[in-house]
Amino acid sequence: MTTAALSSNPAPAILPGSGGLRGALSDLFWRKPKVLLLLMLLPPVLWLGIVYIGSLFALLAQSFFSIDEFSGLINREFTLKTYGDLFQAANLDIILRTVTMAALVTLASAVIAFPIAYYAARYARGRWKALFYLGIMLPLWSSYLVKIYAWKLILAKEGILTWLLAKLHLLWVLDAWLSLPIVGGNSLSVSFTGTFIVFVYVWLPFMILPVQAALERVPGNLVEASSDLGASPGQTFRNVLFPLALPGIVAGSIFTFSLTLGDYIIPQIIGTSRLFIGQAVYSQQGTAGNIPLAAAFTVVPIVIMGFYLWGAKRMGAFDAL
Amino acid sequence: MTSAVSFQKASRHFGSVRAVDAVDLDIAPGEFFAMLGPSGSGKTTCLRLIAGFEQPTSGSISIFGERAEGVPPYRRNVNTVFQDYALFPHLNVLDNVAYGLMVKGVGKVQRHKAAEEALSLVRLPGYGARRPGQLSGGQRQRVALARALVNQPKVLLLDEPLGALDLKLRENMQEELKSLQKALGITFVFVTHDQGEALSMADRVAVFNDGKIMQIGTPEDIYQRPKTRFVADFVGSSNVLPPDFVQRYSGQHRWGSLRPESIRVGRAASGGTSGEGVSARLVSTNYLGATTKLALDADGLRLHAIVPAGTALPGEGEAVVLTFNREHLHLMDEPA
Repeated sequence: MTTAALSSNPAPAILPGSGGLRGALSDLFWRKPKVLLLLMLLPPVLWLGIVYIGSLFALLAQSFFSIDEFSGLINREFTLKTYGDLFQAANLDIILRTVTMAALVTLASAVIAFPIAYYAARYARGRWKALFYLGIMLPLWSSYLVKIYAWKLILAKEGILTWLLAKLHLLWVLDAWLSLPIVGGNSLSVSFTGTFIVFVYVWLPFMILPVQAALERVPGNLVEASSDLGASPGQTFRNVLFPLALPGIVAGSIFTFSLTLGDYIIPQIIGTSRLFIGQAVYSQQGTAGNIPLAAAFTVVPIVIMGFYLWGAKRMGAFDAL
Repeated sequence: MTSAVSFQKASRHFGSVRAVDAVDLDIAPGEFFAMLGPSGSGKTTCLRLIAGFEQPTSGSISIFGERAEGVPPYRRNVNTVFQDYALFPHLNVLDNVAYGLMVKGVGKVQRHKAAEEALSLVRLPGYGARRPGQLSGGQRQRVALARALVNQPKVLLLDEPLGALDLKLRENMQEELKSLQKALGITFVFVTHDQGEALSMADRVAVFNDGKIMQIGTPEDIYQRPKTRFVADFVGSSNVLPPDFVQRYSGQHRWGSLRPESIRVGRAASGGTSGEGVSARLVSTNYLGATTKLALDADGLRLHAIVPAGTALPGEGEAVVLTFNREHLHLMDEPA
């Protein structure tokens, strides 16, 4: 009988150690799990601590130096003069322009991302879900520069968008938009509108994925409970879905906001000749050779992000985590 | 009198799966109604049809005389206590309870007062400031109940609300729910797979299987006079007796049922059979505290008997004789 075969196990109750170095190590790690944890964490902590945080502090230190305007040499003495330079009208203009752009890009990304993420989290199953991930990730696999130059072709005066709008007899809409001050220009590819469109396109996946992850964690029966208690779909969105998706939206907006604050390639290729923070850093540390001012400029996004996160926490964005 | 809830040939099919299949049902106002059945029997889908989370694929449903098809859940004066409570994790207990009033536009002071009262009703006064995550399972269950009751629903739906609680707590909540229902006079519709719970709490029970109602009746009807083998077996694990066996004792060739507590177990008299009684062999005994459950083998027919604790019992494997009163043998409608 099978029961007899199962019940007569000749092995001892305690098995002998497997022996050798591997066996000894396995037993050691089992008895002292913290040793294993330490061994696993040491390399990344060293990398982050020395290379990453270290260079960040070097940068911070640079921002407190100043440049000698005659010789162009760096004066390694503590001063706040460089930070004062940030508040010159031209530099303040750059900061305001960048922050406004980053805020608009973040807002637009959130508005566009939410329905897509909602569909993926609540409705897409099996093949459709795979298609969703492919659709979101595929643009991330191709080169950033290729995508931007592709957009330059799309948005150019001779580009496909102009052609399409002409076919639809809607060219007047584009012309009317381009004749507006600030957002307009000769063509979309040399206007802030073009910069905005490409920023939203490039950073959108970074908003969709965290929002989708947050929505996926919202149990479906909370939506049902809300509706059961008399809330219309709009009220359910405001009172249940949005607050619970907020940590995801904040996580996504950290990406879209900070990536826009720091980018210098998109506004260089698509946009006007007016600078963004990234471009200012690039030119200050390059042609101008003013490393302290470049460093001070890079501190600006860090400070803005700090305030942004503090504000988000105050608003209770992380309460549902 | 209009029924609180009425199903007319209501069906809910998911593709080829007939979750609810042509169900007719009438629940009286103020009734404590239980839907009992194994998982996948359609009882929860029935509840969701009343709540409005599902729409019938055919047939019609009315709530207090009003047609309910196509009416979204938020326009039904019906509230649900969900199986896993579905409390909003980002709101504290008071705001959870006040949620229904909030979305109806009741002012903050007024709705918080009502929520406090509802919390006292479920014996959780002063818990308003806590988060659902800080409560125990039993407390969450009470909050879910308060959140539904604060809206003064016409019908309260409870989807296995006691399933996640431990035995002691469950028994307390059963009593409390029953007295609460009596005091409030609200129609309760209660879904459970626990036959003991259904029998002890409900005024009437509907037994579900495969999307159909097998029997509707008072707990006593269901327990004492099951109509089919399924009901006899599922409600209180009666002994289901095949027609040939039943014929010997009742003269009728029908399926029968015999409650385990109706069987008396005696030692087989040494030397010959005495005609009376069923000879069987004792397979195993299970000690249950107040009673002992015996598994018996009567010539290939597996039977269960329940005897009071302290009864002198034969050893496992010994031959025994089973006797029972003929009137305890219940004949079922189901054809042989």
